[in-house]
Amino acid sequence: MTDAIVVAEGLRKSFGGVHALRGLDLRVRRGTVCAVLGPNGAGKTTAVRVLATLSAPDAGHARVAGHDVVRQAGEVRARIGLAGQYAAVDEKLTGRANLRMFGRLSHLSRREAHRRADELLDRFGLTEAADRRVGGYSGGMRRRLDLIASLVRRPEVLFLDEPTTGLDPRGRGEIWDAVRELVADGTTVLLTTQYLDEADRLADDVTVVDHGRVIATGTPDELKATIGDRLDVVVEDPAALRPAAAVLRGLAGTDPTTTGDDRLSVALPGGGLRLAGVVRELDRAGVAAADVRLRRPTLDEVFLRLTEEPVR
Amino acid sequence: MTRLRWALADGLTLVGRELGRLRHDPGELVAALMFPAVMVVLFGYVFGSAIQVPGGGDYREYLMPGLFAMVTFSSVMGVMTRTAADASRGVMDRFRSLPMARSAVPFGQTGADLLVGLLMLAVMVAAGLLVGWRAHLGPGPAAQAVLLMVVLRYALAWAGVYAGLAVRDDRVADALVPLFLPFTMVSNAFVPTGGMPGWLRFLADWNPVSALTAAARELFGNPGAPAGDPAWPLAHPVAAVLLWSAALLAIFVPLSLRAHRR
Repeated sequence: MTDAIVVAEGLRKSFGGVHALRGLDLRVRRGTVCAVLGPNGAGKTTAVRVLATLSAPDAGHARVAGHDVVRQAGEVRARIGLAGQYAAVDEKLTGRANLRMFGRLSHLSRREAHRRADELLDRFGLTEAADRRVGGYSGGMRRRLDLIASLVRRPEVLFLDEPTTGLDPRGRGEIWDAVRELVADGTTVLLTTQYLDEADRLADDVTVVDHGRVIATGTPDELKATIGDRLDVVVEDPAALRPAAAVLRGLAGTDPTTTGDDRLSVALPGGGLRLAGVVRELDRAGVAAADVRLRRPTLDEVFLRLTEEPVR
Repeated sequence: MTRLRWALADGLTLVGRELGRLRHDPGELVAALMFPAVMVVLFGYVFGSAIQVPGGGDYREYLMPGLFAMVTFSSVMGVMTRTAADASRGVMDRFRSLPMARSAVPFGQTGADLLVGLLMLAVMVAAGLLVGWRAHLGPGPAAQAVLLMVVLRYALAWAGVYAGLAVRDDRVADALVPLFLPFTMVSNAFVPTGGMPGWLRFLADWNPVSALTAAARELFGNPGAPAGDPAWPLAHPVAAVLLWSAALLAIFVPLSLRAHRR
């Protein structure tokens, strides 16, 4: 973690009596995608606003691309891009006019701003819609335009605040593709999301935030490993659910949860449990199993486990 | 020096943005230009048919300076709604995340409004000439009257910037727009203030709309000079307009710039 391009230490920010950030630490490695994951109100957006120089922290400090976000805000702004959950483009202008305007405001020359707008429109599949007013775009197109509007100046760090909230699956897929392409170019991406699968698919590192603090960090795999594998069992006869639950309790040492009329799921303590053993134990208890499956937990399960724990 | 140059360039880019919006949305421009023309017909012929100008004279000659003032004051509402829309839709955040001069946004917005204002004024003059209004004192005083309108309009636009940043919600801003009508009507723009009840007359006499109307009547040589012993702003309308403009700029330019840097 020596090559961290975003470093935040002890960030605090309150609005009136609401503590949005309560000592948030964050590191993002250069050239990676870091997902900041958390429920609504966890402080994700506030963190991004501080890192993107839009609001100053009450305490703590942060450096982005080597510059302090408070004292060297201008230097930071020249090196970042920001795209938000609201499509921050002018709906009354065309897509092309928007990109040219943001290019000029990023202090590209007129010619360079025009060239860059055409290049981005082409690369992200908006050339056809380029000369229509943004007001007539679909939600996904608008969000894509918002995303590329943050790219006119080739940012070193791109902040994406819930880039796919409210989009349909197709729109989300388009944004994901675009983000992957950017990372391939070497852009560092910090994105906030409340979608676990988004973090799972895009992120190299995940930082889980709740109540304005970091409660876990790691790669998606590391986070999944912290709560162990899960065992799912489907019984043939719903009446066998009870004896099956007793078997699983005996194996895992914790109570399984019922996930359907005929199915159970239980978290396993670290390693050492083989599928064959599970089948044998169920057999011995006279339970006919339709399906027995050992799997990694989903990030959802990790997230629920992490955020449901009583907060200190 | 380079900072100043960039601030100017950024401001011009944003003026270009406003003009681009008008070009892509000609309906809005036509509506904005229709408004003053409709007012000329509505007030000039509908109300004018029943209103006597004190001291004599044609009501439409009396009315036009009031409508010029009304159009001038519409800048507050226009700039306020545009600023609030930017603030609530995240466009302002994007501007603030760019390495541009932060003061460029309000300068761009007020600058663009000035161009729109000149266009509206031109339409008003044309409509006025059509219904028989004339500037009787020649081009010099007439140019002074137009200059006064432009100066006050620019100052008012800054009040609009601040109001837009204060409400930060385009729906609230839209809801505030109808307040514009009573504000402009409690003045000498449409009827003399002499017949109003005392408290209302006080408000009307000190309303900056009245000062601009009185100044325009004086400089265009239109009827309606206040009789007897008028309130100070009506007795010295040109000075009053300049003072109002200076006061508005002194208050709202620093306030708006601070709100933008925050």
